[in-house]
Amino acid sequence: MTLTEFIFGRLDWNAIPYDPIVQLTFVAVALGGIALVGALTYFKLWGYLWNEWFTSVDHKKIGIMYMILGLVMLLRGFADAIMMRVQQAIAFNGSEGYLNAHHYDQIFTAHGVIMIFFVAMPWVTGLMNYVVPLQIGARDVSFPFLNNFSFWMTAGGAIITMISLFIGEYGQTGWLAFPPLSGIGASPYVGVDYYIWGLQVAGVGTTLSGINLLVTIIKMRAPGMTMMKMPIFTWTSLCTNVLIVASFPVLTVVLVLLSLDRYVGTNFFTNDLGGNPMMYVNLIWIWGHPEVYILILPLFGVFSEVVSTFTGKRLFGYTSMVYATVVITVLSYLVWLHHFFTMGSGASVNSFFGITTMIISIPTGAKIFNWLFTMYKGRIRFELPMMWTVAFMLTFTVGGMTGVLLAVPPADFVLHNSLFLIAHFHNVIIGGVVFGLFAAINFWWPKAFGFKLDPFWGKVSFWGWVVGFWVAFTPLYVLGLMGVTRRLRTFDDPSLQIWFQIAAVGAGIIAIGIGAFLIQIAVSIWKRDQLRDFTGDPWGGRTLEWATSSPPPDYNFAFTPVAHDVDAWHDMKARNYQRPTAGFAEIHMPRGTGAGVILSALAVICGFALVWYIWWLAALSFIGIVGYAIYHTFDNDRDYYIPVDEVIETERKREAQLASLKA
Amino acid sequence: MSTITLPKDRATFHLPEEPHHPEGHSTMLGFWIYLMSDCLMFAVLFAVFAVLGNNFAAGPGPKDLFELELIALNTAMLLFSSITYGFAMLAMVKNNSRQVLIWLGVTGLFGLAFLGIELYEFHHLIHIGATPQRSAFLSAFFTLVGTHGLHVTFGIIWLVTLMVQVHKRGLTAANQRRLGCLSLFWHFLDVIWIGVFTFVYLMGMI
Amino acid sequence: MKSLRFAAIASLLFLASCKAVVLSPSGDIAAQQRDLLLLSTGLMLLIIVPVMALVVFFAWKYRASNREAEYDPEWHHSTRLELVIWSAPLLIIICLGALTWVGTHLLDPYRKLDRISADKAIEAEYTPLRVQVVSMDWKWLFIYPEYGFATVNELAAPVDRPIEFSLTSTSVMNAFYIPAMAGMIYSMPAMETKLNGVFNNEGVYDGFSSHYSGHGFSGMRFKAHALDQAGFDQWVADVRASDAALDRAEYLELEKPSEHVPPTRFGTVDADLYHAILNFCVESGKMCMDEMMALDRQGGMGIAGIMNVTALTHDKYARRGTVLGNAPITVDAFCTVLDSERMYGAAETEVVHPKAATPIRGHALAQPAMSLTPTFTLLRTPRGAEAL
Repeated sequence: MTLTEFIFGRLDWNAIPYDPIVQLTFVAVALGGIALVGALTYFKLWGYLWNEWFTSVDHKKIGIMYMILGLVMLLRGFADAIMMRVQQAIAFNGSEGYLNAHHYDQIFTAHGVIMIFFVAMPWVTGLMNYVVPLQIGARDVSFPFLNNFSFWMTAGGAIITMISLFIGEYGQTGWLAFPPLSGIGASPYVGVDYYIWGLQVAGVGTTLSGINLLVTIIKMRAPGMTMMKMPIFTWTSLCTNVLIVASFPVLTVVLVLLSLDRYVGTNFFTNDLGGNPMMYVNLIWIWGHPEVYILILPLFGVFSEVVSTFTGKRLFGYTSMVYATVVITVLSYLVWLHHFFTMGSGASVNSFFGITTMIISIPTGAKIFNWLFTMYKGRIRFELPMMWTVAFMLTFTVGGMTGVLLAVPPADFVLHNSLFLIAHFHNVIIGGVVFGLFAAINFWWPKAFGFKLDPFWGKVSFWGWVVGFWVAFTPLYVLGLMGVTRRLRTFDDPSLQIWFQIAAVGAGIIAIGIGAFLIQIAVSIWKRDQLRDFTGDPWGGRTLEWATSSPPPDYNFAFTPVAHDVDAWHDMKARNYQRPTAGFAEIHMPRGTGAGVILSALAVICGFALVWYIWWLAALSFIGIVGYAIYHTFDNDRDYYIPVDEVIETERKREAQLASLKA
Repeated sequence: MSTITLPKDRATFHLPEEPHHPEGHSTMLGFWIYLMSDCLMFAVLFAVFAVLGNNFAAGPGPKDLFELELIALNTAMLLFSSITYGFAMLAMVKNNSRQVLIWLGVTGLFGLAFLGIELYEFHHLIHIGATPQRSAFLSAFFTLVGTHGLHVTFGIIWLVTLMVQVHKRGLTAANQRRLGCLSLFWHFLDVIWIGVFTFVYLMGMI
Repeated sequence: MKSLRFAAIASLLFLASCKAVVLSPSGDIAAQQRDLLLLSTGLMLLIIVPVMALVVFFAWKYRASNREAEYDPEWHHSTRLELVIWSAPLLIIICLGALTWVGTHLLDPYRKLDRISADKAIEAEYTPLRVQVVSMDWKWLFIYPEYGFATVNELAAPVDRPIEFSLTSTSVMNAFYIPAMAGMIYSMPAMETKLNGVFNNEGVYDGFSSHYSGHGFSGMRFKAHALDQAGFDQWVADVRASDAALDRAEYLELEKPSEHVPPTRFGTVDADLYHAILNFCVESGKMCMDEMMALDRQGGMGIAGIMNVTALTHDKYARRGTVLGNAPITVDAFCTVLDSERMYGAAETEVVHPKAATPIRGHALAQPAMSLTPTFTLLRTPRGAEAL
């Protein structure tokens, strides 16, 4: 080993991708980054960012940081999507398109990984982080520092994944990296290693955040809020976090085993010497299927909250909604094999897993009916969140139907891995998760910032997404029925081209939806005084988060609220609730800390070093992580009291706000 | 939470006084849940071992490699360390920090002995060529047993950290809570090891 | 509703005008899979359409501006409705579940064919055309053991003759898919899967890999020729006329990664080649996987077995070792019972006695006289019910 090899591992100048698209992106990102850093420095915002945000342990700020992370990564993931659509729309009649296989294969891998792990997951986690403590009347989560650490680990995973764009390459294996293709023989360079370490670092964050929210919901609910009086969103969050805690360890282990195969030469998933690649497929889907429900369940909760709020009506069938959620949680562990019926497991095994999959559609169907009958005899205000919800109900049912179709093994044998499958899961993920997230963002934005989002641009965004979705994915359903398989880069049959072109147009319309969403945020901030809401309860909300001001004070509630009803805030309003104006006391709060940032930075360095075989750096940073964690346990300065004067002052201002409304 | 008496009054919507959440009141629950997720990791490793445990790749099997006497001794070390950790917890209840330190020290020594024996076994296996690369069985064996060993290693690092903590700050509430968590962790590793001993070693020798 | 029906018809016409091969296949298995697909869709539409209609209707009727509509903010429970909303999907799923159970068993790719097509019965005793399929980086190898030849990226079969594919792979996973003939099945290294299918119409059909397998995946396509008997005989004669021979050395050349490989013919093929590919022992001196597994079942080869290995110098990718592990190894072969069995045992010729073309209803139950045909018998089937 030469000294250079010792210092840099396998990192050398060849690691810089020779690809004009990537280089241009790099220049753009670098310029944007420099501009951002410059602006932050010029406006002297570093201290503010560091003290008020990066090191904050406030669940509300962490929730918002998760949402920002998800939004940034959405732009990356969507850029990948557009590139794929364009490539597939032009690579006909002998044309190779504009992407070579090495680049294209990275793009669809990165698209899947980023959209699931670094868009949907941060958004869902951020949402739960922001809303759950408020909804259960708590001041924060159970472990505020852990919460900050979890966020930074998730961000760290995203950073490792993003580095791969400019240094080295990303995996060319598809988003689940099945061996033997992801083994060292077929993928000898750094792509799969980036994949592994990006997910491992983020996985630590996800698991810890799952534990944190689980304990929060179990332990920190307001007095009177029994399990069957929890808001539905909190219920679905509870189930989601149970799923996280009970499935992410499987992902962690399976990736550890894959890395052992790649680094040490063990034989878990190799073809030879007794290894068994199909075990990887089984294990990763034992994580992967619950993961799908991790994403969708909280949004089911969102739709429940939105429907009952905007119909001005109690949720129909609360109890059956709760049981449906729990049944889905349990069943999600019994269906993983439907992702590979075509492995040839035998008819009885296939029908078992096919039928369990179909059974999931029963509680899901019950949920749809519950929302439907909540609308019945309601008085529906079609504000943005409700529009997203109706779009969801129409779109998601189609996705659910094609999903059950794919659960019929003989039908799956002709549609598996086809573009029909792609259309199906985008139908449920966009139609369910993404629509739900936009409903949630529009719904809770006024809570987080004290002003509503601009409805005009919100509607542009809404129609962009809804129309764009159908234009982009209906052709894929058709193509699937024409026997076109996924992940193809070039095509022979010219009659397919028109469908891919329509799909590309659809992606363009979705781009309008995304752009309009960004404009919506900008315009809303610009016009924030017009959109201002002082009530703290702009929609006529029903649960406790609407009982406090918008944005809520650091301590959320000056007094611990007491819940008598599922719709606790609705109940309070109905019974002429009076805000307490006296008797305030100092409030015990956790103190912010930079430990999360530092540990996560060390984890990113460690992951990067492991990707490039820079052993000394990996060892140093790992020792650094352990050492710093130990050092952190000696830090006893972890909490402080908000003095009573400050509480009184905050509450007095709030009183004045409310009084100004009455006047 | 349980200490709060709920206002009977249907029109009371907040507690007049701040309920007292003792510091770290949910740490034990959180740590339990963490242990369950850890347990799941071991469950996967056990499952992997069950699938690959007979794939010797025309190489050696458990009967050719394992020495039960050594493993029995190893098991004894870990079991003793659990007992001595129990004594440390008893001393903690009696608020005797000197005794806590002594018992923790003994526990750490037993843990080190366990690790030493395990490393000796691994070294021996690798020395004769039964490396993790030789067959899927050996890959699964080294990974399952090694992961447990890694947990014990971190347990010992944690234990030393806590000894320093207790030495510096005494048996504060925070330290008592941490000792409680480590106690859960340490006994958990014991339970896992009983699984390893039965499933990998004893059943392998049949 | 009128516009909905119009949309449905229009979209069907639309689909028919483009080549939706999955909906209009040329093989009986794919056709039955299509039928099941349509039947399940129909079953689900029974509930999906009313739900979607109700969503639109309620959204319109109970809009806030419609002060005529009833408003009952506290109405949130109705036992009768709840029963309906749980039992309606349940009933559909029971039907669909039954359909799935029967369909999955009948259309199991491993199951030998029991009919040629809906209107053509099968002989009481037949030998299927056996084709051994190997997915390689990035092309398909087809070995015809009956004829002793092999082709690359070219498949041919006579119409109306059942085909039994045995599939494996050289390095990574693929899926073998001819949409016009039958559903797909994975081909996996060191493992064998089976697929039974038949072509009912002459023609040239697309075949490809439907599981992403790396760099050259997009070019992993071939044409499947369904020929009449005379045409097939001619094709066999043509392939046989090729001078190229696929022996082990030639195979190791072929195995190296290549893309967009044109159809290639090998007039002769090493009789043991498929077995060697499947068991990872094409290179001489390597122990075959089946031998290894047989030895493992007896408890491995003990300490001595540790040394019975050779450093691996090359395989498909000129594989390098892992950074922290030792050099990759392979286990050395030596003569075993399996070897001699293969050497002296008779070649297997399998004759299929097809089962009655009726659904499977569990082992202990008599088979009802009912078939899963496009006539949608299951939906209105009291005919076979007495057998239950």
